[in-house]
Amino acid sequence: MEEFVKDYLNQGKRIDGRGFRDYRHIEIKHSVVSKAEGSSFVNLGGTKVFAGVKLDIGSPFPDSPNEGILIVNAEFTPLSSPDIEPGPPGEDAIELARIVDRIIRESHAIELEKLFIEEGKVWVVYVDLSVLDMNGNLMDASMLASTEALLHTKIPKIENGKIVRGEFTSKLPMAFKPVSVTIGKYGSNLLVDLNKEEEEIVDARLVIGVRDDDKICAIQKQGIGTFSIKNVENALDLAIEKSKELRRLL
Amino acid sequence: MKKPEAPLIVNGRRVDGRLPEEIREIKMSIGDISNADGSARVSFGNTEAIVAVYGPRALFPKFLQESDVGLVRVNYSMSPFSVDERKNPAPDRRSIEISKVTKEALTSAIFVEDFPKAVVDIYENIIQADGSTRVTAINAASLALASAGIPMKDLVAACSVGKVSGTLIVDLNGKEDNYSESDMAVAMMPSKGLVTLLQMDGLLTKEEVMELLMKAEEVCKKIYELQKKTLFDRFKVEREEE
Amino acid sequence: MQREIVLPGTYLGERKGRKITNCYVEGDKVFSKVLGVLKISEEEISVVPLAGKYFPKVGDRIIGRIEEIEVSGWWVDINSPYEAFLPLGEAVEEFVDVRRVDLSRFYDINDIIFCKITKVTKNKIIQVSMKDMLARKLFGGVMIKITPYKVARVIGKGGSMIEMIKKKTGSEIYVGQNGVIWIKGGNKEKAIEAILTIEKEAHVVGLTEKIAKMLGD
Repeated sequence: MEEFVKDYLNQGKRIDGRGFRDYRHIEIKHSVVSKAEGSSFVNLGGTKVFAGVKLDIGSPFPDSPNEGILIVNAEFTPLSSPDIEPGPPGEDAIELARIVDRIIRESHAIELEKLFIEEGKVWVVYVDLSVLDMNGNLMDASMLASTEALLHTKIPKIENGKIVRGEFTSKLPMAFKPVSVTIGKYGSNLLVDLNKEEEEIVDARLVIGVRDDDKICAIQKQGIGTFSIKNVENALDLAIEKSKELRRLL
Repeated sequence: MKKPEAPLIVNGRRVDGRLPEEIREIKMSIGDISNADGSARVSFGNTEAIVAVYGPRALFPKFLQESDVGLVRVNYSMSPFSVDERKNPAPDRRSIEISKVTKEALTSAIFVEDFPKAVVDIYENIIQADGSTRVTAINAASLALASAGIPMKDLVAACSVGKVSGTLIVDLNGKEDNYSESDMAVAMMPSKGLVTLLQMDGLLTKEEVMELLMKAEEVCKKIYELQKKTLFDRFKVEREEE
Repeated sequence: MQREIVLPGTYLGERKGRKITNCYVEGDKVFSKVLGVLKISEEEISVVPLAGKYFPKVGDRIIGRIEEIEVSGWWVDINSPYEAFLPLGEAVEEFVDVRRVDLSRFYDINDIIFCKITKVTKNKIIQVSMKDMLARKLFGGVMIKITPYKVARVIGKGGSMIEMIKKKTGSEIYVGQNGVIWIKGGNKEKAIEAILTIEKEAHVVGLTEKIAKMLGD
């Protein structure tokens, strides 16, 4: 299979007929989980992720006493792939969650200052990703799912210091819609939205987090290959271009 | 972004008096750990990392073995006393992510085909943390790997760059790391111009990212010269009797 | 004669059809893969590593330790990331009925052997043989390990260094290419001291004289 995919790439083609700059079909649904304060489901070419947002009351960090808290976690469920076993998140799941967290945080997508409740109490926003099927590009699928879920998250009512689940006061204050564009490098070619087979054979990947104003909020190189500085520049340009397409889906 | 208590740049100088493009004092030494196949210690100002390399050695359990290539494993950990608030020695998510990207950064440079079914273990320990710990550790790991005789395409040099108070700087210390508008960790094979590690967080325009990347390349080249010198000094010229 | 130390990534020159060892090429440009000493000639570009594990080569004579007994042979620890296999047919002349004979009769666990590497596949399957003129089981004695890359220095040109040590100490000494050295009898302590000194000071000028002095008469 590997050789097959490589042959196609060497000829400038991809096995599913896409161009190097094309994403697969993306399906996004929001508010799919009623118990969550916000949720979404993304199917990106067969990679399926649920994002659920739960809100809770917590104590702020000492150095930012008026700001809400964001916590992102990802679980690669054993359902999603023959290679995943039940157990705590491995390094891939941890890395994914941390990159999603980084992109949301650094882009200031959530207006955390507006999540102050009272002295010593702020809203804690838990974003949990549940991966159900893996067919490549889990990163971009997870990022879309997270942002979509957050955009449709509602803040629950508080009565006598306790949360009243099911009753809401307002939407989660969101200032931006950050997305990630993951770019793979094969030889001198850059490809977006790698499927499972392509992920195995590319030299390396660059995950690029882009905000609505084209500002870069995160970069993560993945894989054991390398990038030249020119490759990075080309990847950034490509990421900024594709980010607009992805954002339109939210 | 956390707001710093005091400005980070005053009159063009940083909190520790450095100019934006100035690197801290660098110390490098090789061979501190006699049991290891290769070891090195590198410090950038108050940040100090010590790295031990074991291998190539047999890899067990057997199912982990790849018949045609070797494996590289990295364990990055911070000593409990390396930071202000004692750090619990148990591996945390940050250390796991750093171990992963470091492994990828170093494997890029290693000829893993030369030791199939075997493993090279790289243990990185941060003794003192004052910003830029992962890149300091990578610089030490390169020296440790070379001194252990591990086959590589080039040494790997690494540094941090970023933006504080609107100014682009290199080699971030702890305070700058915490309060920066953006920071970026870069590792390269300097003689090939190839990037093996690239992590960035913050908010930068594409142009700023590229400008920082170029600055990082310059700094990596300087670090590379120091790494080479450290290796040459340690393994003096062999004079063979004819 | 001074030899140049090179590092991983050091540019060594154009290949020009030469044989290369511990180097890699990009186009026709040759670079070093390891930290080592450069040896360059019209026919060959090679880097002798200054450190590293023993990677077996066919023809090497090495000292190994029997680790495990199988039905048809023995696994041998050869001081390398890889184990070697000593097949029954390479160890014993006579016909052996494996159903009735316990192989430990020939070589038992922890036996020390001086043997030859006869096969090294790409996937590092290593085979050794006792069917070599110099191959034998080593009884008693003590063993030390040195960096494999210093073995040549311990042996010396044409065996001059090791012969001098053997003569002056009266010890029986076997030197394995894998860095394992076996010593028995004579002034063992002096022999070991000499060998370890060579390992530490392989680069020093006048080493032979120094060792000769150390060994006395």
